Amino acid sequence: MDAESLLLSLELAAGSGLGLSPDRRAALLTSLQLVKRDYRYDRVLFWGRILGIVADYYIAQGLSEDQLAPRKTLYSLNCIEWSLLPPATEERATQMAMVKGRFMGDPSHEYEHTEFQKMTAEDDVVVQVKEETRLVSVIDQIDKAVAIIPRGALFKTPFGPVHVNRTFEGLPLSEARKLSSYFHFREPVGLKNKTLLEKADLDPSLDFLDSLEHDIPKGSWSIQMERGNSLVVLRSLLWPGFTFFHTPRTRNHGYIYVGTGEKNMDLPFML
Amino acid sequence: MEDSTTLKQEKENQQLAEAVQPWEEETAASPQDLGPESFGPWEVEWAPDPGPRPRSSRARTPEPVGPVAEQAASSSPPSPQKPLSTLARQDLGALRQLDRITNGTLDAGTPLSDPPGQSTDARESAPPSQSGQDTSALTQQPDPSSKPSKPQELRPGSAQEEAWSSHQNRDQPGPKASEAAPSTLEIAVQNAKVYLLRASSKTGLNLYDHLSNMLTKILDERPENAIDFIETISQDVKMAHFSKKLDTLQNENEMLPTYEMAERQKALFLQGHLEGADQELEDEIAESSLPNVVESAFYFEQAGVGLGTDETYRIFLALKQLTDTHPVQRCRFWGKILGLEMNYIVAEVEFREGEDEEVEEEDATEAEERDNGESEVDKDEEDELPKSFYKPPQAIPKEESRTGANKYVYFVCNEPGRPWVKLPSVSPAQIVTARNIKKFFTGRLDAPIISYPPFPGNESNYLRAQIARISAGTHVSPLGFYQFGEEEGEEEEEVESGRDSFEENPDFEGIQVLDLVESLSNWVHHVQHILPQGRCTWFNPIAKNEEEEEEDEEKEEPDYIEQEVGPPLLTPISEDLEIQNIPAWTTRLSSSLIPQYGTAVLQSNLWPGAYAFCTGKLGS
Repeated sequence: MDAESLLLSLELAAGSGLGLSPDRRAALLTSLQLVKRDYRYDRVLFWGRILGIVADYYIAQGLSEDQLAPRKTLYSLNCIEWSLLPPATEERATQMAMVKGRFMGDPSHEYEHTEFQKMTAEDDVVVQVKEETRLVSVIDQIDKAVAIIPRGALFKTPFGPVHVNRTFEGLPLSEARKLSSYFHFREPVGLKNKTLLEKADLDPSLDFLDSLEHDIPKGSWSIQMERGNSLVVLRSLLWPGFTFFHTPRTRNHGYIYVGTGEKNMDLPFML
Repeated sequence: MEDSTTLKQEKENQQLAEAVQPWEEETAASPQDLGPESFGPWEVEWAPDPGPRPRSSRARTPEPVGPVAEQAASSSPPSPQKPLSTLARQDLGALRQLDRITNGTLDAGTPLSDPPGQSTDARESAPPSQSGQDTSALTQQPDPSSKPSKPQELRPGSAQEEAWSSHQNRDQPGPKASEAAPSTLEIAVQNAKVYLLRASSKTGLNLYDHLSNMLTKILDERPENAIDFIETISQDVKMAHFSKKLDTLQNENEMLPTYEMAERQKALFLQGHLEGADQELEDEIAESSLPNVVESAFYFEQAGVGLGTDETYRIFLALKQLTDTHPVQRCRFWGKILGLEMNYIVAEVEFREGEDEEVEEEDATEAEERDNGESEVDKDEEDELPKSFYKPPQAIPKEESRTGANKYVYFVCNEPGRPWVKLPSVSPAQIVTARNIKKFFTGRLDAPIISYPPFPGNESNYLRAQIARISAGTHVSPLGFYQFGEEEGEEEEEVESGRDSFEENPDFEGIQVLDLVESLSNWVHHVQHILPQGRCTWFNPIAKNEEEEEEDEEKEEPDYIEQEVGPPLLTPISEDLEIQNIPAWTTRLSSSLIPQYGTAVLQSNLWPGAYAFCTGKLGS
């Protein structure tokens, strides 16, 4: 959620039950402004909170002018001092796949897991993975999987960069309930696979991202309307704790993740 | 700037004087007075525009956005724009009739279809032969020195200078160049405007109206950096054109659920006003079984857990409604369970003595009798077939209400304002199966649960079973807050079945917050643990079997089933088993910056989402 509208967004996202305590909220309001100034970001998003055993991580992201450029991620343990996280890489992601369980809450904690060497006769190699690295790849995974944005909130200029659409007035009510009105907030992957017929209906300046319709597994999003029709809440069932909210016909929208950072691998059984 | 225009015009006029071609007249020019009306506002708004713009626009390829934008700034001309006659007429008119104005008669289209050079030449020759020239329109525009260049630029397909020069050639021929200069400009402007007013064959809109609407909108709203998203503005204006008034019906439909919800919640707020007497108020305050939801929400908020202040208040009012309609002794806000389509808000309720409704049990017994009757019929028919020796293990009976897992009654509703629904009591079989499956809730109480092992019941039973498990696992209180009541009955029985009642300890003084956070042994469970059997008190299924087997001839050896024992009530939670090397509970202090007023918060790692808080010792 945008740091500019933090308080309103927290209220709207509070339906999931987890939010921020008043002291954290107050700390965030001040520290995010400083982060924006120091790192010269165009927009700062408060990404969410990952619950650990001993402590929680508070995550923020900074965006530059081009909204689709890779985002810089920062974390903090007390909402005051923020540290920049290294960007995520492929090999780190594969390492992370082996580490399971809750986050400890200590960034220097090291997870040990043994890699079994089949080919050589050496003993099993014990690989140590730092929690910070795990944090990076989990955040990256969550972003790629579930960060979403309503259709029309961003638009693509002919020169390439993606900008915030200042004339976005919110989704109309008829569209707010459809999964196709929400896009993944990341580089599109499935656009090329669309048939020509589908592409003909798309508006190249607005429909340049993947929509949620074709997410696997089907039904991994729960759409709910709260307060009658005046608030749309999307919750991801794949990453429990991720909430996206939007007030139709207004510009308010945002997402927050408050959870343990574990993927729900039992999803197909639970549906 | 004016000089350069006239100079250029004179040059081209000279060129054109040589080539002469007949021009065809198409439609009779119908003079229309558009000059003052249509061009007036033009001039008013755009007179201060920098002159250089038209100059530059002349030199380069026409950019519809720039010059067109200026033209569209004026409000759409009131009179209808009809295709005008050939430009030739304008040329003539410029010479002779300086009074009349024609916009409607300008035919923007046709001159362009001809090769520009020819058309211009044609026009050059035609002037004297035509009548009804209304280039006077052009003359009536005192200041459009900038404009003529733009309309000339706007001829489609004529981006080259040739075309441009040919447009110039449409101007009056040489001899009257000086007098005709303003009129040629005006003619060109009219040409341009005619072109703009040409309706699209697909949509029926024309560029002139669209541009004027767009510019009006921009000037009214004055957004910053409008140039950056001018295309989106254009799209929005187009879309706005198509919204019809019929949509109000659709809009009403969409907003209906919001209004319904608002009405229901308004009823929540108004319920207090229905009774109005003071006496009843006092009664309410005295006997209030309502918990102070808002106060506990405040403490939970310190921990970062909460539903938002207004939702909490609405839940509060809904609980009040519950207590008003049902004979409730004690009521507590248990929590909220998220579902796929709708969520559940759960209230834990203890009825007053003797007020329970036991309708469901009767239904269950009736169903059993019916089943027995059917099985007897079957047996008669299948007398010849060998009987199977298998006796299904006797179903473990439900615990009585007010004891064990059924100690409390739970009510759920989907949203505050909707009616509360009572959940049925839970049976041990349901708890046992619920331990083996993991399913999402849909939000509808009658939804079936399709799972393996098959769950006996629908979503309301599953919900109740989960609530029982969560309560048993996570309801904790600080050590010493509750104590056991006086023992009644023989001690032996008490030891076997475990103590199941407790009461508040009046001497409880509170524990330091830091102690609460550091050590888990300061917290105890105050809900009975559910045995693997699914009940809180052990039920021995063999005892009854023995009675039945005496009647049968065939006896099976009674299986020896061990009595299941669970941790007794009020055991500290430090005894809870670890989950994958993680302790079952996490403790936090709500505020690290102001520890003296902080609250201790417990999070369960087994049931994520279960929180308990405790404020510190008061006064120290």
